[in-house]
Amino acid sequence: MSTNIILCGVGGQGTILASKLIASAAMARDIPVKTAETIGMAQRGGSVFSHVRLGEGIASPLMARGTADLILAFEPAEAVRQLAFLKPGGRVVVSSRPVVPVSSMTGGPAYDLEALMGYLHAQVGERLVVVDSDAAAADLGSAKCLNVVLLGAAARTGALGLSTDDLLAAIHGRLPERLWDLNERALSYA
Amino acid sequence: MHTEFLMGNEAIALGALAAGVNVVAGYPGTPSTEVLETVARRRSQDVYVEWSINEKAAMEVAAGAAYSGARALVTCKQVGLNVASDPLMSLEYIGVKGGLVVMVADDPGPISSQTEQDTRTFAQFSKLPCFDPSSVAEAYEMVQDAFELSERLGTPVFFRATTRVDHGYESIQVADEEEWLHNDPEGFVRDPSRWVIFPRLSVVNHAKIEARNAQLSDELSDYRRNFVLPETDGAPRKGIATHGINYAYVRENLGEDDHVRVLRVATPHPFPERLAVEFLQDLDEVLCVEELDPVLERALTYVCGKHDLPVRIRGKLTGDIAPSGENTVESVGAAIDAFLGVDRQELPAPAMPTLPVRPPVLCAGCPHRASFYAVKKAMKGRKTIYCGDIGCYTLGNAAPLDMVDTCLCMGAGINIAQGVFHTEPDTSCFAFVGDSTFFASGITGTINAFYNQADMTLVVLDNSTTAMTGHQPHPGTGRTMMGEVVQKVSIEAILRAIGLTVVETVDPLDLELAVQTVRRVADEPGVKAIIFKSPCVVLARPQAHSHVDGERCVGCQRCVRELGCPALVPTDGKVVIDESLCSGCTLCEQVCPFGAIGGGRRIDMELPQAGGRA
Repeated sequence: MSTNIILCGVGGQGTILASKLIASAAMARDIPVKTAETIGMAQRGGSVFSHVRLGEGIASPLMARGTADLILAFEPAEAVRQLAFLKPGGRVVVSSRPVVPVSSMTGGPAYDLEALMGYLHAQVGERLVVVDSDAAAADLGSAKCLNVVLLGAAARTGALGLSTDDLLAAIHGRLPERLWDLNERALSYA
Repeated sequence: MHTEFLMGNEAIALGALAAGVNVVAGYPGTPSTEVLETVARRRSQDVYVEWSINEKAAMEVAAGAAYSGARALVTCKQVGLNVASDPLMSLEYIGVKGGLVVMVADDPGPISSQTEQDTRTFAQFSKLPCFDPSSVAEAYEMVQDAFELSERLGTPVFFRATTRVDHGYESIQVADEEEWLHNDPEGFVRDPSRWVIFPRLSVVNHAKIEARNAQLSDELSDYRRNFVLPETDGAPRKGIATHGINYAYVRENLGEDDHVRVLRVATPHPFPERLAVEFLQDLDEVLCVEELDPVLERALTYVCGKHDLPVRIRGKLTGDIAPSGENTVESVGAAIDAFLGVDRQELPAPAMPTLPVRPPVLCAGCPHRASFYAVKKAMKGRKTIYCGDIGCYTLGNAAPLDMVDTCLCMGAGINIAQGVFHTEPDTSCFAFVGDSTFFASGITGTINAFYNQADMTLVVLDNSTTAMTGHQPHPGTGRTMMGEVVQKVSIEAILRAIGLTVVETVDPLDLELAVQTVRRVADEPGVKAIIFKSPCVVLARPQAHSHVDGERCVGCQRCVRELGCPALVPTDGKVVIDESLCSGCTLCEQVCPFGAIGGGRRIDMELPQAGGRA
């Protein structure tokens, strides 16, 4: 039994911490973990992704296209960019808030949110969960815990193979105590 | 032993510590940087660690330590090895007493590098033994094997990994600190016949190295990490030879019923020839699944010729594997399917909507944006060349700044500008160099340009850190990896000591002053310098955010078109500022022709204290 997860977004959004929380939660349940991260120049506002692979018998930290059980997308365009990794029947959890790149304002391809969301709905259907991250930021009083809001939504779909309690324990293990309350609220935000 | 979830580079560091490493030196560079940072974080008190000024210095520090019986580790990326190659090429002839491992991170893709060079090839060229791990767990154990081999044979040894091992994470078993080896260096023993390189010594040692490597090839054929995967059943006619992370991709793709023999090579140099001959027995064809150079493919082709084996060797040279770029699980799967004659079912991908492109960009509030903009504005209408260099500021090439005409390698921009000047003296030649790059390899270039009577403007972009690789200290920061606060080395004092008479230090976020300074300095004769000093926004805490007065903003979008700051977002015909990104640098406030932006506050030119790492 193995679970393949793609986390994707824009450099600086917190995808790496989210993948570490998943890894911690899995390790606490004695599930072997392999991950691969984007580190380096791409972190300066570029597209970033993590491959997270949980379970026995996995050789490579990178997975093949068409094998992800879950895509956890911090940004709509990045969800579309990584969608080829989703396996048939896989789930997508996506933040509704676009991050429009400088290139779209200076002559590069335009950012067409409607087309991107329409494509996600058409391809993923009812297995798509859209998280209203602006509402979450307003309700929680912080935009900094978007990663944990998305993790909570992913856990509730069941596709993560981990519960929100598993993730909460990982948060307690990885984050300083002053951030526990905010992240606990973020995790259960629905 | 205990279990930890570790990045490959962290595992390499812990493996080196477990092997009793005494001295660690390196220069940051993706994807190698975390090795040395982890040593600094996890070391016991008696381990010495430094970010050296460049890789050559790191190699020489490590050599001196190893001459004295210490176990030493050098860390760098593949292009850093080029800088270290001068001492290393000679060091192989001299040898070491304590184990010396040169950890080099190769970057197929390349993801964050100028070249796709292969340290396995460099190992053949320099005659060093080379280890090449396939996973995080293996990297941890193999670096310990590398120290053992280095010390036993008295030679520096390469330990090369690629990005997917360096930056992959795994939960692995590692030794507790009490279990680490403890190496007590004997100290340097004077012996000029051993430690002083002369042509006569070199010819003798050259012969010894060749003999040693021939013997080592045989020994490594029995090394447990060079192996042939047991066959499932039957007598396979086809084989796959692979290495590094590609071994994981091969395993992901091979099924139980594929009946393929697999050779995994952990030591590309010296190549385990006897093992390769065993692998090749009774095979018709072999596919070499490699990244970067066709090292295994050439070695196996050679072995077939030497041992008269009728096996067809395929790979990069035969067009079966891509000649450049990074392999993936899919690309390896497709190559294996083609090799085995399996039809591959490719599902047609549904047409995707147009995606925005996201090249990496200078951060919102980055002082480099202000520096480039000031020079662009000051030199508008003049004939100029802007020679860039390696660092975050290479990103000044992107629209709308478009201020990097050349970029080659660390420090090269200074003498490239000089070369352009000697060819077209009527061009205003600028060289942009970051503070860390200036220390690493800009000083000799500046002396060269100054002494040889160039006319050019050196622009030092001093953000008081090595930003691109994650904010490592350098001699201008006043702190070391041992945690000491020390005297800073002043870039301005260095430039004046060289003889430059025009050296102006300016805050680039003061746009008008910056533009005036550029205009004045560019017209001075000879080599002159501007130091644009303002701390990296990632380190400096923003004091306030700018905001747009919607009443006064007419939506001309001049700020967006001229600056390309990610915090400036065109919205409903006007511009709003994304407060989560804005650092309040005030550059857009100074550019807005309608005075519609306000509220920001420039960060001071100096960081408040010597240490600033978050």
